[in-house]
Amino acid sequence: MAELLNVEHVRRTFPRGGGEELLVLDDVNLTLKEGEIVGLLGRSGSGKSTLLRLVAGLSQPQGGSLSYMGAPIQGPVQGVAMVFQSFALFPWMTVLENVQLGLEALNLPTKEMRERALAAIDLIGLDGYESAYPRELSGGMRQRVGFARAVVVHPNILLMDEPFSALDVLTAENLRTDLVELWGNGKLPIKGIILVTHNIEEAVLMCDRVLLFSSNPGRVSSEIKIDLPQPRDRTSPQFEDYVDKIYVEMTARRVERMRQAQTQGNAGIELPLHHVSPNQVSGLIEALAAAPYDGKADLPDIAYEQELEVDELFPVAEAMQLLRLAEVEGGDIKLTHMGKRFADAEMNERKEIFSRALMNHVPLAAHIRKVLDERASHSAPKTRFLDELEDHMAEDAAEETLKTVVSWARFGELFSYDDDAALFSLENPT
Amino acid sequence: MKILPPVSIEARRLLPSRWDVLAAILVLGFIVAFADASRFLVRPLSSITGHDLFLDPWDLPGYALRTGLRMLIAMGVSLAFTFTYATWAAKNPRAGSLLVPLLDILQSVPILSFLSVTIVWFLSLSPGRVFGAELACVFTIFCGQAWNMAFSFYQSLRTVPPELEEAGRMFGLNSWARFWRIEAPFAAPPLIWNMMMSMSGGWFFVTLSEAISVGKTNIALPGVGSWIAVAIAQKNLSAIFEAILAMLVVILVYDQLLFRPLVAWADRFRIDNEHSEDQPESWALDVYRRSKLLDIMTAPFEQMMRWSYYWHPPSFGLRAATREVDSRVADILWYVLLGLLGLYGAFRIYGFADGNLQWADLGTAVGLGFLTLIRVMVLIAIASLIWTPIGIYVGLRPRLTQIVQPVAQFLAAFPANILFPLAVSAIVIFDLNPDVWLSPLMVLGTQWYILFNVIAGASNMPKELRDAAENFGVHGWLWWKRVALPAVFPYYVTGAITASGGSWNASIVAEVASWGTRTLHAHGLGAYIADAVSAGDFRRVVLGTAVMSFFVVVVNRILWRPLYWYAERKFRLT
Repeated sequence: MAELLNVEHVRRTFPRGGGEELLVLDDVNLTLKEGEIVGLLGRSGSGKSTLLRLVAGLSQPQGGSLSYMGAPIQGPVQGVAMVFQSFALFPWMTVLENVQLGLEALNLPTKEMRERALAAIDLIGLDGYESAYPRELSGGMRQRVGFARAVVVHPNILLMDEPFSALDVLTAENLRTDLVELWGNGKLPIKGIILVTHNIEEAVLMCDRVLLFSSNPGRVSSEIKIDLPQPRDRTSPQFEDYVDKIYVEMTARRVERMRQAQTQGNAGIELPLHHVSPNQVSGLIEALAAAPYDGKADLPDIAYEQELEVDELFPVAEAMQLLRLAEVEGGDIKLTHMGKRFADAEMNERKEIFSRALMNHVPLAAHIRKVLDERASHSAPKTRFLDELEDHMAEDAAEETLKTVVSWARFGELFSYDDDAALFSLENPT
Repeated sequence: MKILPPVSIEARRLLPSRWDVLAAILVLGFIVAFADASRFLVRPLSSITGHDLFLDPWDLPGYALRTGLRMLIAMGVSLAFTFTYATWAAKNPRAGSLLVPLLDILQSVPILSFLSVTIVWFLSLSPGRVFGAELACVFTIFCGQAWNMAFSFYQSLRTVPPELEEAGRMFGLNSWARFWRIEAPFAAPPLIWNMMMSMSGGWFFVTLSEAISVGKTNIALPGVGSWIAVAIAQKNLSAIFEAILAMLVVILVYDQLLFRPLVAWADRFRIDNEHSEDQPESWALDVYRRSKLLDIMTAPFEQMMRWSYYWHPPSFGLRAATREVDSRVADILWYVLLGLLGLYGAFRIYGFADGNLQWADLGTAVGLGFLTLIRVMVLIAIASLIWTPIGIYVGLRPRLTQIVQPVAQFLAAFPANILFPLAVSAIVIFDLNPDVWLSPLMVLGTQWYILFNVIAGASNMPKELRDAAENFGVHGWLWWKRVALPAVFPYYVTGAITASGGSWNASIVAEVASWGTRTLHAHGLGAYIADAVSAGDFRRVVLGTAVMSFFVVVVNRILWRPLYWYAERKFRLT
């Protein structure tokens, strides 16, 4: 089969303050063949969307090469159309005008433009909405306009950047099945699709191949081929096997990396923390402790049960792992002894457990506490720790890490922080 | 935060309501009353100056300080006015129905005419002393700021989320406490933005009102404005450059020490939970926050405020019971009072016009009004053609925006009249036609509003929309027509409204300008008013003022307001 797109060893960095560079994509390879839907799966910050923008020619890589139908991509490519997460419809244009925009740029005769636009509107199920403005439409209908606008230019490659993530569950499912059906019937004037998502089930439902992305920097960590006929049944055991397999792949890698970071290095404060609120941790612990899980659950199950997406579940699970309140192993999550005690405890005892976990397992929290204890004033400016963190990680990661540790320490009453004065201290406001 | 234009855009109706007419009569009646009073107060020759002005650079910092202080006092008075007037208008529907149209009319009155009719009255308060002139000067700046600020505050008060209000009631906060703890904080960010804009306009008026001659009364208060007046009379270019420098420093100091900290501080009151990308920062605010001295100084006030919250008026329950009957009686009294006021105003206006003015005078003024209207419109159009594309270009480039945006805001604050002498001297030297070449001075200071609003619009354009346009190969004219211009349109309208309002005000000083002994005249309503002021001819001052207000109100109603709502409806990105 003909190769539509070929991405080889692509590297993308963004400049940041102080002449440093942030590496977002590192050595990424990807091919798209005719008739394929390829999914890019990973959590936010793994560079999936950056890769998509490179493919669309909206930005240029610092290294490696991208080619579309054999020709290198140097700018926006005619034949590559994009569907956006936020729909990106022009609010001052009607549905018809929005759909026609891409055709106007091609400078087609008015009559042909109109016919093609109406055909696309018809195909995507927007009949009767031609003269409506985007603000009059529901989210689902808006994204249909986004699809119609992309399809109308008859692109060879359709790029979809988390197209369903801004929609409610039912609408998203409805749109997914419609799209898969149109694709299966060969009604779409499209040769290949790249779908960016952080929803594992969505990837398994729609894609022929799924590339798993790891973050910081974004890399393709593995590739999974989904060998199931369309239309796929979410409840079939094979489908669930694929979902499980992806979960295991994604968690194993992350837990491994976290363990490494925790055990090696000097004080261990260089471990970046992702923002998770103590309430989320408590919530997941309670859910895990209750029936039917009784302390142990399959990650996909509990994600589904708690209506959490990968992006939301993984950071919480990681935080629990870090605090030793739970163990994540091969797609399962299991409460530790402390985790179970936490679940049974009253608020004050919970705070105590949390505080102890912070002191024992989060080097940064222990470090801040120690500095505050040692100082006569029992206070220290934020910059004292921010500068220290920035020796080990990027500026915004340092900010997020500090923000996370503050929110945890507040819950555990380990120390307090005054945002106005940007000051850490031991005293609690009276 | 959504930036509102500094005119009333609230009502969407085109035709004036009864309230508008009443408001117009009251404002005009007020001006007439002042003008009448002033006629009898004018004494044969009075010249008031603090001391004689010499263009000694060592005096300049002191002058700049005085100019800055007047500004600060006027800002304080304007704030007090805003908190009372706007709150009254928002809380009491009966009062609001008159107070809001009144603001709308007051906004349209050219401030420099206001000054000329009030100054003699203020001087009569403390005959022969500088104090009266200082009051008149502060009052002028007040008039340039208070209406806009009151409008902004009124609009915010009307949009306080009901659940916040209800929460306040449930916790038993009295209306005084609710005002300071809920309503004022909610309205703070837009009010502070508006204060900044008003202050921008204020520098223009402060420098003008420091040195003014009404008839035979000459006033020169020590300040940058008087310095410039003397420099113009002496044709001293280097003194003018010194004044420009002094003004730059004053504005910079205000910006850094007052407004940056205020904006950064007020960021906490933003109600949208959305984490703003770049939180405003201010080094001065950090200093204030860390200062113990400031804490000690403000502590008593904070304590007083806290005590005041606990205070409850004793007869609370009683009032609720009698409110029904109360309001009907009060309604009648209120309407009767307003009717009488309106009649009295109309009577005064009639009495003023009857003996003094002919229909021909009105014809002249209206004719000249059209000339000035054409000037304003043409110049706004030219400024738009120049600054819109530049603003879009700049706004789409974040790095460039960071440099250009503060400069544009700064230029808008800079009192353009300080630059007039440079232009006028050039017109004199090259012997150019003043009817054409004086006109650009009207937009010299106001065009920047268009630029920085367009920049704000372009930089607010969502990245995905820009990506979409690029992805679908939208380029060239198609891109400007379908993407860029529509995206900045609502912002442009806000800028253009501000610029247009400022230009009408500036016409009074721009259509007549002098350099040494040469005075250049353009034909227009601004020149008509300026001439009447310097001749001390109050009847023409009043007529010119009324006609200009009328033009401003009508242009707002039939052009800017519909355009604003059209832009809001169709082009606003939500």
